[in-house]
Amino acid sequence: MRPGGRLAVRKTYKLFIGGAFPRSESGRSYVVNDSKGAFVANASRASRKDARDAVTAARKAQPGWAGRTAYNRGQILYRIAEMLEGRRAQFIDELRTGGLSKTAAAAETDAAIDRWVWYAGWADKIAAVTGSANPVSGPFFNFSTPEPTGVVAVIAPDSPLLGLVSVVAPVIVSGNTCVAVASEPAPLPAVTLAEVLATSDLPGGVVNLLTGHRAELAPWLASHMDVNAIDLAGAPGDQVAVLEEAAAGNLKRVLRPSGTDWAAEPGTARMTAFLETKTVWHPVGI
Amino acid sequence: MSQSIFEYAPAPESRDVVDIRPSYGLFIDGEFTGGGGEPFKSVDPSNEETLAQVASADAGDVDRAVAAARRAFVRVWGPMPGAERAKYLFRIARLVQERARELAVLESIDNGKPIRESRDVDVPLVAAHFFYYAGWADKLSHAGFGPDPRPLGVAGQVIPWNFPLLMLAWKVAPALACGNTVVLKPAETTPLTALVFADICRQAGLPAGVVNVVTGAGETGRLVAGHEGVDKVAFTGSTAVGKQIARTLAGTGKRLTLELGGKAANIVFDDAPLDQAVEGIVNGIFFNQGHVCCAGSRLLVQESVAEELLERLKARMATLRVGDPLDKNTDIGAINSAAQLARIRELSQAGVAEGAERWSPECVLPERGFWFAPTVFTGVASSHRIAREEIFGPVLSVLTFRTPGEAVEKANNTPYGLSAGVWSEKGSRILWAAQRLRAGVVWANTFNKFDPASPFGGYKESGFGREGGRHGLEAYLNV
Repeated sequence: MRPGGRLAVRKTYKLFIGGAFPRSESGRSYVVNDSKGAFVANASRASRKDARDAVTAARKAQPGWAGRTAYNRGQILYRIAEMLEGRRAQFIDELRTGGLSKTAAAAETDAAIDRWVWYAGWADKIAAVTGSANPVSGPFFNFSTPEPTGVVAVIAPDSPLLGLVSVVAPVIVSGNTCVAVASEPAPLPAVTLAEVLATSDLPGGVVNLLTGHRAELAPWLASHMDVNAIDLAGAPGDQVAVLEEAAAGNLKRVLRPSGTDWAAEPGTARMTAFLETKTVWHPVGI
Repeated sequence: MSQSIFEYAPAPESRDVVDIRPSYGLFIDGEFTGGGGEPFKSVDPSNEETLAQVASADAGDVDRAVAAARRAFVRVWGPMPGAERAKYLFRIARLVQERARELAVLESIDNGKPIRESRDVDVPLVAAHFFYYAGWADKLSHAGFGPDPRPLGVAGQVIPWNFPLLMLAWKVAPALACGNTVVLKPAETTPLTALVFADICRQAGLPAGVVNVVTGAGETGRLVAGHEGVDKVAFTGSTAVGKQIARTLAGTGKRLTLELGGKAANIVFDDAPLDQAVEGIVNGIFFNQGHVCCAGSRLLVQESVAEELLERLKARMATLRVGDPLDKNTDIGAINSAAQLARIRELSQAGVAEGAERWSPECVLPERGFWFAPTVFTGVASSHRIAREEIFGPVLSVLTFRTPGEAVEKANNTPYGLSAGVWSEKGSRILWAAQRLRAGVVWANTFNKFDPASPFGGYKESGFGREGGRHGLEAYLNV
């Protein structure tokens, strides 16, 4: 303790599973340093079992989340933006610890907040844009609607806040739930984001955030038979082929890494990648 | 088959309209050519007679086909204005209509399906698909995939034997409309209509190399799907092969769409119009001998009406006419191959062994050829193999339920998710169930309806991607 000063109360960074903040069941952690190499924290190093628990939580939460109205999901995504805005200074600090300049950290935080707002607005519009009433040749009414694909595993990119938000928001806005593995070198903003999510009316389990070693966790998520899709945005390049191969085990939908510029306007591709199209037919007659 | 209260005189469709040559080659770069592989025979499954000898493509042939498709893509088809591509597709649609009778008869001979279905369902839908996608070719910028969506290049397409020409149309029409060229591998038991289609491409004046047909068995299919020169692979077939292809393409960056197996639930609620439901159940499982990936092979009946429904279903099944595919009165034709017949038999025996009760109407099957009587299993549990595995034959498994929630749970209790049926007079119940069923197509108070304007494709292990409609373009564009 410095003479005359006060000792900071440090935060223990944990996982975020099913709306709770457990430590890794493995008891392991890994060191996170700041950009100058000084110790910042021991982040939880999630295990295969933690990943499985996260999938279980995501599966449990999925029908309820998808069953909510799109309007309600939009409200909650917007609420996330509100809570994130309230913690803006904290995120800027955390990103600066990770090495960003004050301006860059502020810009990334603002962009992350604005991205939640952008996706919030999509909740009740994506079905109108991707669905259709089909003019079939016969006495039938037939329409196609998008539906969530289910539980989506996300290997988040190394843009610790904006990149993470940019891959999680499009997954959940349509009613999927997700298990995201945070940036390995910069995991701390993900844990702080989890605190935002936990206080945003988002039901527990809709987003589950794991910190740890990607190479250790990704294969279990890619081969998990109860995961419906996987976003490989932040997967190590040399692992992509192996992960895609594992994903074939239950024919997961795979979104491949594509060198995305997270600051650019996202477009709808990350949402449509995790949607199924259901076509419903009914005869027309008196 | 004579147990019906009605007696029908035979009404065979004439084979004269079809001229089956003794041997067929591959279609590469606009020419029919021999193949480097061991030729194989295509057999008429209704009498086991050899129809023709068909060339088999080896690695060199597939190389040539892919190279021809690449040249055609780069030099002609890719740069061509969409409006011109559209005209070629309209020509193909018209040629299919002009040769409809020939195509229907040949399809029935080669596949074993009743002429009633090839004539009234398969071939008209083939023409409709080319007509539908022709109209997209010059409107791609309006399809919602950005202002200037581009083709992917060469598409390798592998299709099954259950709807040989229709599956060709589902794959070739959108691929060409979007500006891709194709190398198509039809199934080894049903290659003949694809080769007539190649001739149609010639009649249409389609530039050489835009469509290439390489016949052969599974190995040729592997060569096409795994070829480094293709940019996109589209496969329709079994889930096991689909997974293999997905593994082969892992890490290559190649685009893939898969239309795989199914084990559809056809749910009959107690307020359903029972006679209509019976027709729908029959159409759902006995259409095309049950060789349908979206067949309604699991009948889920609400317990309170199960007895009555089964009585009516059995009465209806007794009127089904099994026999000569070319007879216009035939409802159920031949099983496509000896191998498929063996699989159907094996799974049916497993049904008996696991304790389900088997029933078929009295039914005299032809002595030669591959035949299986329409069969229904009652007392089936969700754990039985016949309730879990795709049989791909005229075999229906019947399960019961008490509450709508139980119906949905049982329906979704499968790794597949291609299709489902709901029968009820209550609109709110239909929409409730349709929302909860994890399947890409839900037929309510109808079954097995297809249309080029409608997206079709599966959830879960039934594959990914959609064919048909605006959605079907996505598989062939750089979106």
